[in-house]
Amino acid sequence: MKIVDALLDMNTSPTSELAARYRADFPILNLKVNDKPLVYLDNAASSQMPQSVIDRLIRYQTTQHANIHRAVHYLSEIATREYETARRTLQHFINAREDREIIFTSGTTDAINLVMHGYGRKFIQSGDEIILTNLEHHSNIVPWQMLAEEKGATIRVVPINDAGELLIDEYEKLFNPRTRFVALTHVSNALGTINPIKNMIAFAHRQGVPVLIDGAQAAPHIKVDVQDLDCDFYAFSAHKLCGPTGIGVLYGKAKLLESMQPFKGGGDMIASVTFEKTTYNTIPYKFEAGTPPIAAAIGFGAAIEYLSKIGLDAIAAYEHELINYATEQIITIPGVHIIGNTRTKVAVLSFIIDGVHPHDVGTLLNQEGIAVRTGHHCAQPIMQRFKIPATSRASFAFYNTKAEVDTLVEGIHSIQKVFS
Amino acid sequence: MNLKSIYQEVILDHNRKPRNYGTLDNANHHAVGHNPLCGDRIDLALHVEGEHINRIAFQGESCAICKASASMMTATVKGKSRSEAETLITEFREMVVGDLDLAGPHHLGRLAVFAGVRDLPTRVKCAILPWHTLQAALNSDAIVSTETAEDSIHTANSKA
Repeated sequence: MKIVDALLDMNTSPTSELAARYRADFPILNLKVNDKPLVYLDNAASSQMPQSVIDRLIRYQTTQHANIHRAVHYLSEIATREYETARRTLQHFINAREDREIIFTSGTTDAINLVMHGYGRKFIQSGDEIILTNLEHHSNIVPWQMLAEEKGATIRVVPINDAGELLIDEYEKLFNPRTRFVALTHVSNALGTINPIKNMIAFAHRQGVPVLIDGAQAAPHIKVDVQDLDCDFYAFSAHKLCGPTGIGVLYGKAKLLESMQPFKGGGDMIASVTFEKTTYNTIPYKFEAGTPPIAAAIGFGAAIEYLSKIGLDAIAAYEHELINYATEQIITIPGVHIIGNTRTKVAVLSFIIDGVHPHDVGTLLNQEGIAVRTGHHCAQPIMQRFKIPATSRASFAFYNTKAEVDTLVEGIHSIQKVFS
Repeated sequence: MNLKSIYQEVILDHNRKPRNYGTLDNANHHAVGHNPLCGDRIDLALHVEGEHINRIAFQGESCAICKASASMMTATVKGKSRSEAETLITEFREMVVGDLDLAGPHHLGRLAVFAGVRDLPTRVKCAILPWHTLQAALNSDAIVSTETAEDSIHTANSKA
């Protein structure tokens, strides 16, 4: 497990300075909200953008923009080159074997829908079974339900325990000869649980079943190596990785991508078109119909370069320190309960306060300048599992400080005072 | 907490000790209000005789703003006529979306304490849910959801 490597690394190199060193790169963190310094703890929903990425977007729009893969003129060639450079940056970031295995999508949701349409609708039939888990975000549930309804297939769900961990024995028991696909999150967005996906993928492969990993919450916090994981698909979004919204990646093994049908039809995804027959382009272009968000893709590349300079291992180690500090503080407050108590988790802290609805918690913390997410986190099955309507969720990034954790703790105390 | 806070003492008090909380034996109008985004649920029962709301009660799980709104609503409309209640529903709705000039004539009285919600677009639905539910109960609709109500545009949908 990469977290363990990072922790060992931590003993030799102190990480407490990480936020202090990089925080100044994020202009938005200087904002005041309700006359208080912004304490941004909603990174699992979307992270903030460093100046270098903002500058890269401006440089593209001011000196490099034209449509890609189309014209022979100067700007089109530059835009195409930069867009394809971003693809290779993403390839190296997750250690994909080839750059054509990186498909730009509008985000994780789009990537999962691409696999549902391109793979699911072609290969999953009536009576087949798809395995999901109780920890999935709605975006890794709903597309598969739509497919199951269309095809007459069945959804099977891996349960979790009270700590918010998947029950691996139950997972293995769900497999049978009708199992055709596994769609599984790497990290729970609501609880932060890191799932043992490498072993789960290996088990599925022994039954001949391909696996899609929703990596939206993992890629910003854990070093991802798709060849080491051996996953068939891996989906993630730029805006949780200090990049722009509207862009994400679907990694897929080349062989699988080639076997799939296109998701969207249009320009750029074709080799030739007549009214009698259209021949599709090769991957990745087969899945990139229409003009993509070119600036966003290039900004995504710049964000990955920025994060790679800091190093995902250093980020993971610092965030681990931060979540331990936050957990120690919050667990001692009477009347406050943390939901999801596994020890293998990213820096996500879901909690409830006795007698106070999470939406009141969110509004009151906002008055102190603190941004947290409240609600069901687009993961209603998790809320149902814990029999709660919602939680408040503080999710940390490497630019958050222990002083901000202290501000959150003070905020919780003052809410309890208001509601006492 | 600052003075602009919606969590003023009267709201906290109604949240702590909601009025008319419970069930009604001989209710002849009933509706359930639900906000699927945050799980708020208001179960409202009325006894209406002719044009008059004789008795009213609510129960349910909700945030403080929703619960206090329901509590103060029941205390206000109890004993009022249907048309007086309809006026209050309209005025309350206009107030929380910022379309009502509180300096002008209105009948909201201390319900004006909810005016601050207009600055919290994500919380408008919490305050308004009991009132939608009252409208539904008077219309004899059984179930009302904030996601089909006309004010839903004022609430930012949440994403993870």
